Amino acid sequence: MIAKIHPQTLRIIALFVALLATILFFSTQIDSYLSPRMFTRISTSAAVILPIAVGQAIVVMTRNIDLSVGSTVGMVAYLTGQFLGLHPDLNPLLVALLAMGIGAFMGAINGVLVSWGRVPSIIVTLGTLALYRSFLVQYSDAKTITTASLPQWIVDLPQANAFSLFGLDVRVTVVLALSAAVAMGLALTRLRAARRFYAVGSNPDAAMMAGINSAMVIFTAFVLSGAFAGLSGLIFLAKFGNITVVAGMGFELKAVAAVVVGGVSILGGSGSMIGVVIGCVLVDTIDNSLTRWELVSEFWRDALLGMLIMAAVTVDTVMSRSLGRLGAKKGAA
Amino acid sequence: MMARLKSWEGMLALLFVLTFAGNVILAPEFLTVQNQINLFQLSVEKIIVALVMTLIIINAEIDLSVASVMGLSACAFGYMFTNGWPAGLAIAVCLGIGLVAGLINALLIARAGIPSLVVTLAMLIGFRGFARVLVKDQSMGNFPDWFTFLGQDALIGPFPLSLILFVVLLIGLGILLHRTGFGRQIVVIGTNAEVARFSGLNVARVKTILFLMSGFIAALAGLLYAARLGSVRGDAGTGFELDIITMVLLGGVSIFGGKGSMTGVVLSILIILNLRNGMALTNITGHLQTGVIGILLIASVLIPNLSNDLRARRAKT
Repeated sequence: MIAKIHPQTLRIIALFVALLATILFFSTQIDSYLSPRMFTRISTSAAVILPIAVGQAIVVMTRNIDLSVGSTVGMVAYLTGQFLGLHPDLNPLLVALLAMGIGAFMGAINGVLVSWGRVPSIIVTLGTLALYRSFLVQYSDAKTITTASLPQWIVDLPQANAFSLFGLDVRVTVVLALSAAVAMGLALTRLRAARRFYAVGSNPDAAMMAGINSAMVIFTAFVLSGAFAGLSGLIFLAKFGNITVVAGMGFELKAVAAVVVGGVSILGGSGSMIGVVIGCVLVDTIDNSLTRWELVSEFWRDALLGMLIMAAVTVDTVMSRSLGRLGAKKGAA
Repeated sequence: MMARLKSWEGMLALLFVLTFAGNVILAPEFLTVQNQINLFQLSVEKIIVALVMTLIIINAEIDLSVASVMGLSACAFGYMFTNGWPAGLAIAVCLGIGLVAGLINALLIARAGIPSLVVTLAMLIGFRGFARVLVKDQSMGNFPDWFTFLGQDALIGPFPLSLILFVVLLIGLGILLHRTGFGRQIVVIGTNAEVARFSGLNVARVKTILFLMSGFIAALAGLLYAARLGSVRGDAGTGFELDIITMVLLGGVSIFGGKGSMTGVVLSILIILNLRNGMALTNITGHLQTGVIGILLIASVLIPNLSNDLRARRAKT
């Protein structure tokens, strides 16, 4: 019976069980854990990371990595906030487009260097991680964007409810982030063009033989990653209101964690958006719960995050290798 | 191939002369022995780690966790010393932690076959996390005098311990890489690991030794850092991997493995040290300096790529 279930589906189920187990565990440790307030806390915190994780997933599928997204989030949050302060009447839709546009531009710089400069993505994005951040520090002159300078609608956005389900409030920002994941998920399963991300990542040579322009596909992945980081930047701006030069620092690591834990293979070519969403929620649940767990100091967060990533990658590698061996045996028989 | 490497080193030598001359013009007092030693000492932990990173990148791997291992070692020392351990024992334990960190990396990379990029990225987060667990948001100091003496003051002639260690390590690793069989194995595996394996080389063993070395030296560098600053915090050494990898790649070491020399890396270290010093003299702040290093990092891979393209195109016509 189990053999009939696709390994990817099995993986999603395992991930979901892990998430439930984590929630169950913390509910026995922390008072009034299973409350609407905790749901709002975790869901709105995950909403900031989810769009970057969606973009990161696409990049990782093509066998690359984007470490610059944290700096992109900071830059977009700052620039968009500053622009809104000067033009408070701007249509919200245009603001979203502006944020994603700035992000996409920064992603395009990465993409050009990786695709046509043929510099490995780890080097490019490690460089732009530093470069974008130092540009922000220089540009902002260490000044802070404050809530007072922002128009009322964006200040109200994080408290705005999209709808309530069984007494749980689902915020607009959460719907925004989820719709990014759903849109990308639909594209990846239904659109021929989006399937190319998988093709390039699973076998670059075969993709080339099939007439796929790998350089263009990888470039697109980085542009998307930048644009989604732009969306995160906007949600970040709305959520926190006060933007300093350290905004979004370290987000790249959380995004990589969410993606890898969510079952996107770091070797490229596989992964699903459902996995990324669950991975993101799992990482944020652990993060938010540890800060309230009295038994363990909150300083364990990063140590656990690192071990979680390592465990997910190890399981992934071992599993895919034994699956490969299984396939080889079947072929021989 | 050799000609390409030589011309890259020629360019580095020129760049070094330019940055050095720039510093002398900006500040004539720069040309004293003490200032030259200070120049090295301000970044000595990074340049020591860069030497081992050279071997790892030539081997077509990468170790992103070095800065976190440095931080962990420094914080572990602070934690143990503050809790009443004798400093000598604490030093030994810290070096042991470095070896264990290297061993964890090595097992996952060489035995389990997980890409070093992923393993060491996870460990960058994990080891830093453990450093934070140990010191929380405190600053730990009040180290014994002999410990800070070793980190700050001249030991032999005008030279402090860290600089002597750097020179010894440079000569040792230079000989290891360029004059021994093991060094050839590092290069051959870096050029093509499959071919190396079929030629009967023990690829896993070479990689294991390299990552053990990297962990050990990073831990040693962390101790030197603690001794030089006289106190440690949870974020000790954060972001150092950027400088370290830039030093190696600017030195002409190929990120794809198989190519590179210690001479190039030494030249690139000299350039970066002089560049940072020059920027500080002209009031360019730390953050902008980091941005410049970021550009250098990308350029050091991009420029050889583009010049290869150009040469190929010229050869066609």
